[in-house]
Amino acid sequence: MFKTALRNVLAHKARLLMTVLAVMLGVAFVSGTLVFTDTLKSAFKNQSAKSYDNVAVAAESFGSRDDDKQDPGIGKQTVRKIEALDGVTSVNGRVDGFAGVADKKGKLIGQGWANKGGNFSPGKDGKDPAYTFTNGTGPVLDAQIALDEDTADKGGYKVGDRIRVATNGPVKTYTLSGVFTTEDGGVNAGGSLVLFDTKVAQQLYLKPGFFQKVNVSAKPGTDAQKLLDQVLPLLPEHATARTGQALAAQEADDIEKGLSALSQTLLAFAAIALFVGIFLISNTFTMLVAQRTKELALMRAVGASRAQVRRSVLTEALVVGTVASAVGFGLGLGLAVGLRSAMDSFGVKLPAGSLIVSSTPVIAALAVGVLVTLIAALLPAWRAAKIPPVAAMNSVHAAATTKSLVVRNTIGAIIALGGFGAILAGAGAGRDGKTMIGFGAFLALVGIIILIPLLSRPVIGVMRPLLTRAFGVSGKLASQNAVRNPRRTGATASALAIGLTLVTALSVLGITVGKAVDKTTTDNIKADYMVAMASGDRLDKSVVPELRKAPGVVAASPKQASYLKLDGDYRSVAGVTPGDVEKVLNVETVSGSLATLGQGQLAVDDETAKKHGWKPGSRLPAEFDDKKKASLTVGAVFKKQEFLAPVLAATSLLDPHESRPHIESVFVKMSGGATKANEQALVNALGDNPAISFMDQQDIRDTFGGMINTLLNIMYGLLAMALLIAVLGVINTLAMSVFERQQEIGMLRAIGLDRSRVKRMIRLEAVVISVFGAVIGTGLGTFLAWAIGETIKGSIPAYALVVPWDRIALFLALAGLVGVLAAMWPARSAARLNMLTAIKTE
Amino acid sequence: MTTIPTAHRATAVAARATELSKVYGAGETQVVALDRVTVDFRQGEFTAIMGPSGSGKSTLMHCVAGLDSFSSGSVRIGETELGSLKDKQLTQLRRDKIGFIFQAFNLLPTLTAAENITLPMDIAGRKPNKQWLDQVIDMVGLSGRLSHRPTQLSGGQQQRVAVARALASQPEIIFGDEPTGNLDSRSGAEVLGFLRNSVRELGQTVVMVTHDPVAASYADRVIFLADGRVVDEMLHPSADGVLDRMKEFDAKGRTS
Repeated sequence: MFKTALRNVLAHKARLLMTVLAVMLGVAFVSGTLVFTDTLKSAFKNQSAKSYDNVAVAAESFGSRDDDKQDPGIGKQTVRKIEALDGVTSVNGRVDGFAGVADKKGKLIGQGWANKGGNFSPGKDGKDPAYTFTNGTGPVLDAQIALDEDTADKGGYKVGDRIRVATNGPVKTYTLSGVFTTEDGGVNAGGSLVLFDTKVAQQLYLKPGFFQKVNVSAKPGTDAQKLLDQVLPLLPEHATARTGQALAAQEADDIEKGLSALSQTLLAFAAIALFVGIFLISNTFTMLVAQRTKELALMRAVGASRAQVRRSVLTEALVVGTVASAVGFGLGLGLAVGLRSAMDSFGVKLPAGSLIVSSTPVIAALAVGVLVTLIAALLPAWRAAKIPPVAAMNSVHAAATTKSLVVRNTIGAIIALGGFGAILAGAGAGRDGKTMIGFGAFLALVGIIILIPLLSRPVIGVMRPLLTRAFGVSGKLASQNAVRNPRRTGATASALAIGLTLVTALSVLGITVGKAVDKTTTDNIKADYMVAMASGDRLDKSVVPELRKAPGVVAASPKQASYLKLDGDYRSVAGVTPGDVEKVLNVETVSGSLATLGQGQLAVDDETAKKHGWKPGSRLPAEFDDKKKASLTVGAVFKKQEFLAPVLAATSLLDPHESRPHIESVFVKMSGGATKANEQALVNALGDNPAISFMDQQDIRDTFGGMINTLLNIMYGLLAMALLIAVLGVINTLAMSVFERQQEIGMLRAIGLDRSRVKRMIRLEAVVISVFGAVIGTGLGTFLAWAIGETIKGSIPAYALVVPWDRIALFLALAGLVGVLAAMWPARSAARLNMLTAIKTE
Repeated sequence: MTTIPTAHRATAVAARATELSKVYGAGETQVVALDRVTVDFRQGEFTAIMGPSGSGKSTLMHCVAGLDSFSSGSVRIGETELGSLKDKQLTQLRRDKIGFIFQAFNLLPTLTAAENITLPMDIAGRKPNKQWLDQVIDMVGLSGRLSHRPTQLSGGQQQRVAVARALASQPEIIFGDEPTGNLDSRSGAEVLGFLRNSVRELGQTVVMVTHDPVAASYADRVIFLADGRVVDEMLHPSADGVLDRMKEFDAKGRTS
């Protein structure tokens, strides 16, 4: 039997090509993901192990510079005491925080959140073990800094250059003393790192004489655990310490967790791709079995049992699956290498390390590939076994009975209805309906896949008159050919529909959320600019008066995050400038007057007011941040506003009680609106600080919109593999159709259908099948997006479902294009068909 | 009823092959399928081409009908010389001037009988001549089955649809390739009857390849091919006469 199976596989090489390709791509995706994440894991682990190589014990303080009652970090005395311990060779203190480097045009290098500053902490030999200088030396003077190599390159800076660096205070100019490389993960991920002299860094980030972290190195052979026991009692209350080994293990564990999330996401998409592949494979085996009906019946007639026939088909699948998986695995290795260099080219520097191929990916890839092929071949094998021996004598193979379609449609309808019911129930349940919708979506998809052969007739029937009118006889024949084998058309369209359901649902949701955010911004902000630190840190107190001095500024109000204990509960309060706040933000007064803010009164939003029965004139017992008590009056009630806290107070009321007010952003209204000149005026007013971002309304919208777009693009990219396999499925189906209808095509050619119209007929058939799949997919996707939208509606203000018709039209058009491309090869072979051989009867 | 004067019949030629040769392969493996065949197919005449297997009868038909290319010589359909035509023009010629009836796979299973009949005109984008169409459908007796699909028709009915399709577009000439090969004798006789009627009553020109002497006896004239050459011709044939002639060839074939 095995020999027969092998011979069959070899005989149908060409027809199995697409099947092999589909399995190959799926397996490549799986094994590529596994090998890539394994390799990354090992490289990251090596890196973190290396960075703790010299660290026996590491101490960290969680003190704050805002806290006046205790030391903000680990002090010099403590460091000296640790240095004096037995076995300790050196102690390195570290402080770090935000530091933005301006390029020669004054713009910030890199993204705000990834711009770090730290201290250069040389040992007795004058070297800091964490940094390797490729040029110059470490900073030892107040006015010196060192830069990581990449940032120096990006800014075009050389040792000796004068560089403007912004920290959370004003911008200062330093001289570049050296350029270094480091194992620091943040720098490797594309961030920037500025090193200051330790004293300067302490002044900037903590307090002179104090460190946030202390790394202790010891003589070889020292017991780190014992050393830790000695260090712990020396530390202040708010600090803790661990051995370097424990830290490295912890870091490795974190990396492992982070990467397994990545690998699980990738594997989920690989699973979708493989699932889609099942339809293609199943189609192929169904056709192979149909073509061999007589042969199989003959085997049955001469004594082969049903089980043997079934086994012979499954053996074929096994051979195909194994070969495809093996090739796919090789491809996966290439993919892993490719992913790495792709990430490199996007500026994400991954730690070096050789490709790690463990046994898990090998086994997983082969198992997945073989299993998927076998599962797909199960149904065809079962059908093959049902062929009666008498079929060997009949000239025509009995068509699939209508009974099985009736059963199939009934089952499909029940599952689909159940699915839609669950989705609707989930949508109705609001916030808690997500699981229900997920379950319903799965059922609906399965139901529709089962029902798709039935759906193909009416849906394609709608397209027929259109095609006939536009393309004449080719269009008419194409639309009829498309429904000749509803099962096959259905399976082909299903593959495309699955991918497009996901793509459409994600698009609709993404665009809807994006629009909602857009609307929230335009609805709530009147200001022309929002000024904030690029790092997301607080702005310096001096920023508000400086901005107000800038030419053209009409109004400026900070949004200062603060807390007040009001009527017994801590409440988040926004500190604003009375009189200006309503000019820069859309604050709608419900009762009272916002002008009372200027008299030291409070404004509360309507929801909070209603909940507690507060109204203008209510007097509330209050406690400030510094525990000082007061009695405050509610002066106004305003409509809840997304950009403000539920309670508003004048900054002048809050500031006396706070050592360092937390100014998140400053909203500025200018005469003439957002113009280049106005923006420049603001930039100048703040001393040309590269660390401060000036965003107009469009920029604010773009930050959110950009994020959504990036996410959508990543999803599109990941789903591309599933779509690619679906396209292979269309090619496969068309090739089968052309092969099966040779005689028909030959007859059409004989009675006068020219080559170009034969091609057009095949192309249109592909387009019809693809568009059919796309219609189902986009329809279901939109429905799903609506349902999911219903559950998240509550947490997104200004939510309104946006159906991106343009994008859906684009998907349908792309599906059509996919059809045209997929039909290229089958159409050409149909047009080239030898008429005479085609017409000739057997 | 259209009657064409005998004199005209004798002169007007619907299709003509002159010194037509078709050679497959080269050197040792060279096979000569047609060897300088010259033959006329006159308008309004029902011609049968006969010969043993491998005699080249199908090849001759394929070449004259513009389905196959030839090595040398010339083929004319009406005034058109086929040798110089490109595939596109040949396709158009087949579409507009030639009707076909094959042994099997004559109909598209997705189309109804009526749609199959008008298919060549659909392809050409022409409106069928309603009156003519009714006449043809009436003649082949398909009026009641026009909305049936081929799978719902018997073999004989399917072939009648094919005959109607060939006639419907009023081609200059109809070629049949063993049109009764797959039919039982009664259905075969019906189809042949229609073909003969189309010649007698409608003035159609029909050329048919067959190996069945009974089928050949429906023709006005039988051409005998052997080894790629025209070896004989018989006018107003009878089934027995054709059978005797064929036996002769067989005997010759065995002795030579």
